Amino acid sequence: MSTLRIFNGRIIDPANGRDEKAELWIRDGVIIETPADGAKADEEIDAKGRIIAPGLIDIHVHFREPGQSHKETIGTGSQAAAAGGFTSVVCMPNTSPAADNAGTITLIREKAATSSIVNIFTTGAITKGLAGQELAPYNAMVGAGIVALTDDGHCVQNHEVMRRAVEYARMFGLVVLDHCQDYSLVGGGVMNEGEWSLRLGLPGWPRIGEEIIVMRNILLAELCDSPIHCQHISSGGSVRLIREARARGVKISGEVCPHHIALTDDRLQTFDSNYKMNPPLRTERDIEAIIGGIADGTLDILCSDHAPHAKYEKEVELDQAPFGILGLETEFGLFSDILVHKKKAIDINRLIELYTVKPAKLLSLDRGTLSVGAKGDVTLIDPDLEWVYDKEQSPSLSRNTPFHGTEMKGRAVQTIVAGKTVWSL
Amino acid sequence: MSGWTRKDLLGLDELSAEELRIILDTAKAFKGVGERSLKKVPALRGHTMVNFFVEPSTRTRTSFELAAMRLSADVVNISATASSLQKGESLKDTALNLEALRADIIVLRHSSAGASRFLAERLQASIINAGDGAHEHPTQGLLDIFTMIEKRGSLEGAEVAIIGDILFSRVARSNIYALNKLGAKVTLVGPSTLVPKAFEKLGVKVAHRIDDILETADVVNLLRIQHERQRKEYFPGIGEYIKLFGLTKARAERLKPGCLIMHPGPINRGVEIDSDVADGDQSVILEQVTNGLAVRMAVLYLCAGGVGLPS
Amino acid sequence: MSQEQPETLLVMDADAIRKAIRRIAHEIVERNTDLSRLVIAGIPTRGVEVAKRILDHIEQIEGVRPEFGVVDVAMHRDDLRRRGRLTAVVPTELPVDLDDRVIVLVDDVLFTGRSCRAALDAISSFGRPARVQYAVLVDRGHRELPIRADYVGKNVPTALEEKIRVRFENLDSVPDSVRVVRPVKP
Repeated sequence: MSTLRIFNGRIIDPANGRDEKAELWIRDGVIIETPADGAKADEEIDAKGRIIAPGLIDIHVHFREPGQSHKETIGTGSQAAAAGGFTSVVCMPNTSPAADNAGTITLIREKAATSSIVNIFTTGAITKGLAGQELAPYNAMVGAGIVALTDDGHCVQNHEVMRRAVEYARMFGLVVLDHCQDYSLVGGGVMNEGEWSLRLGLPGWPRIGEEIIVMRNILLAELCDSPIHCQHISSGGSVRLIREARARGVKISGEVCPHHIALTDDRLQTFDSNYKMNPPLRTERDIEAIIGGIADGTLDILCSDHAPHAKYEKEVELDQAPFGILGLETEFGLFSDILVHKKKAIDINRLIELYTVKPAKLLSLDRGTLSVGAKGDVTLIDPDLEWVYDKEQSPSLSRNTPFHGTEMKGRAVQTIVAGKTVWSL
Repeated sequence: MSGWTRKDLLGLDELSAEELRIILDTAKAFKGVGERSLKKVPALRGHTMVNFFVEPSTRTRTSFELAAMRLSADVVNISATASSLQKGESLKDTALNLEALRADIIVLRHSSAGASRFLAERLQASIINAGDGAHEHPTQGLLDIFTMIEKRGSLEGAEVAIIGDILFSRVARSNIYALNKLGAKVTLVGPSTLVPKAFEKLGVKVAHRIDDILETADVVNLLRIQHERQRKEYFPGIGEYIKLFGLTKARAERLKPGCLIMHPGPINRGVEIDSDVADGDQSVILEQVTNGLAVRMAVLYLCAGGVGLPS
Repeated sequence: MSQEQPETLLVMDADAIRKAIRRIAHEIVERNTDLSRLVIAGIPTRGVEVAKRILDHIEQIEGVRPEFGVVDVAMHRDDLRRRGRLTAVVPTELPVDLDDRVIVLVDDVLFTGRSCRAALDAISSFGRPARVQYAVLVDRGHRELPIRADYVGKNVPTALEEKIRVRFENLDSVPDSVRVVRPVKP
């Protein structure tokens, strides 16, 4: 028996509507009732007036194992997660081989059990080999422990295949997460189609390439009466479509990555591949629409799309560089800085809600709350801490980030998984 | 001369009007070298220039090669098929090898936009962009403008029409950037798929009827039209293109008497331009080629003497 | 004074410059009987101005004006890498047919002789003149090549680290002058 007492902090637990000065007690990795005065704990943490929040959850990361462990391993990825305040992450299935079968998923979960310092949840592919043609074996993958389906990095183009996938997933209560990209409209696009793609002579990735699939997903979610979650929304038009559909009661949701509200497409003028991601950076107008969507609840999931790539892979001609950037260590700081402090679109309580109870609910994870009996995953947050990101200090194996040297306000300062501190500032 | 400090020429978008004028003035001086009995000066004696053409080109490569030879530089040509890029070596590694061999100037032609900037940020050598994807082709833009100024005196207020496949054209972009800075009024003409309205954000006019510019243009610059390779979804065929945008004899007759007809080459006779019109009095297509040499000599001279990018 | 100014010494004023150029003009006329074959060619920038003034004097003295030329040397120097900054290249202007012509090359200051050497190179790429003569406003010594001037306005002995500063009112908006500039000692 081992007890942990976190005191001198402000508990914010959106799942229970709590926001109060109180102590939090954990015994053997599970949250317990605060005992009567005078009780002694085996370990004590002085929260120093900071926020005691449920452990943060990121439902969109790429940990590259198996197959590309030179970019990231589950171990190093989990350290980056902990350094960003995350106690749980959901891994995408575009590993090599793809996580489209029970064997690979079991391998990932075994690897996680021995090397990860945070909770690793896995997803399974919608289609075999992420190829968009044949359904992967959902029953077997559920047996191996997946929490959702996605072909992330790819998008099922055949609407019939997507329809059957959503229908079939419904039987298992699985949410389908979709990377929304119409291949014929996007073609070889590498950046937002607009003034800057014309200026730079780079192939454009038009908004409609995302919006048309968001619309498709809305219609399919409605038809199948089963949830579809649209990943990394980048276009203002997608926000409007999702808002209208949700008002109608359609089971559609959307998530936002920090780079899509922190940066615009003009950054590509230096041809720096750290500004190349999929979907691409867009414009101020899109940023406003996305922040509006977060403020009014249209978009209620925040995540990183943490996508590590080795320096030599990114350091090539822009159109040949892989898409994606690191994100776990900077996402909370960026969202706090932009949404809470600069734009005042939401308050810190809502930000914590979007990072805890919302993702837990979407994927039915037994996480995201400080209720008695819940897992003892806790993140201590200093909402006003001003800090500067230094990528050289990152535990990630990769360094592909455009946020090196970025000043932010608000940061997770200690990460506790099942009552054990796995990282602290 | 304090106005020129760059070691690289990556594009015309980043140059000031003053820098453009320095290149054009220098080119004027170098043009005279081509008219002497001995067409060679020692300015770049001891310099090594590498023509690094990852995308095939004959005329631009030859023009750079001759320009370097007239400046007494040593020239090495590397083509895509001969380079180790074919064997999977990265652009960066190939370039570092060239630098290890002490190349002073690298002239790069590459299919990726931004490739020349990529090298310029990583190498000590001067990088001259000889075309990067659909981004820029600065020496072509400069020689077009040099020819216009030589024929007209000034570009202030001149109506310049660029006709053709603008979306995929680096020549068009370099022209647009420089012409805007030198006071010309640019109209882009072509099918709505290849000349999207969004180009207006670059400070130019967009037209989809060649009739709109025939009677007002001081210069028409025709771009080479490619259809077979990758444009099938942009317009239905060459026949329809000629009907709508080809500079036919009948259309050429409606041009102002002093209007210059330009083309970066190689021309498709009977497609974007009628054969007789290409050879006619108003055509300056071959003078463009001659001027290209002078402009490239100027660029090589200036960049070889440049002290580096302004901080 | 917060910043020490370099020490300068006036060696020629406007009147001395005018007299020196006039004397050079006389000497050129004496040595070249057929002025119709003569080309007075300046080396940019201030050599061109000296050449124009020589032409003015010859015209006053003889009533005829020989042909004027410009010989660019910037592109004929081979020390691009060793110079701190670029010199502007300007178009060379010489008569189409140089054969059997006499060229008087004109510069403001004769120092190492390298500009003259480059100018001779430039001229030879245009043709084969009968003779080339060399006129300078100031000879400051320190030759690095076996070159000497045929016409010298004034010999000014200098130390190597000193500079000669020539100014012309119509180019520089200060009165005509030649000064020796001594660098500030560190």
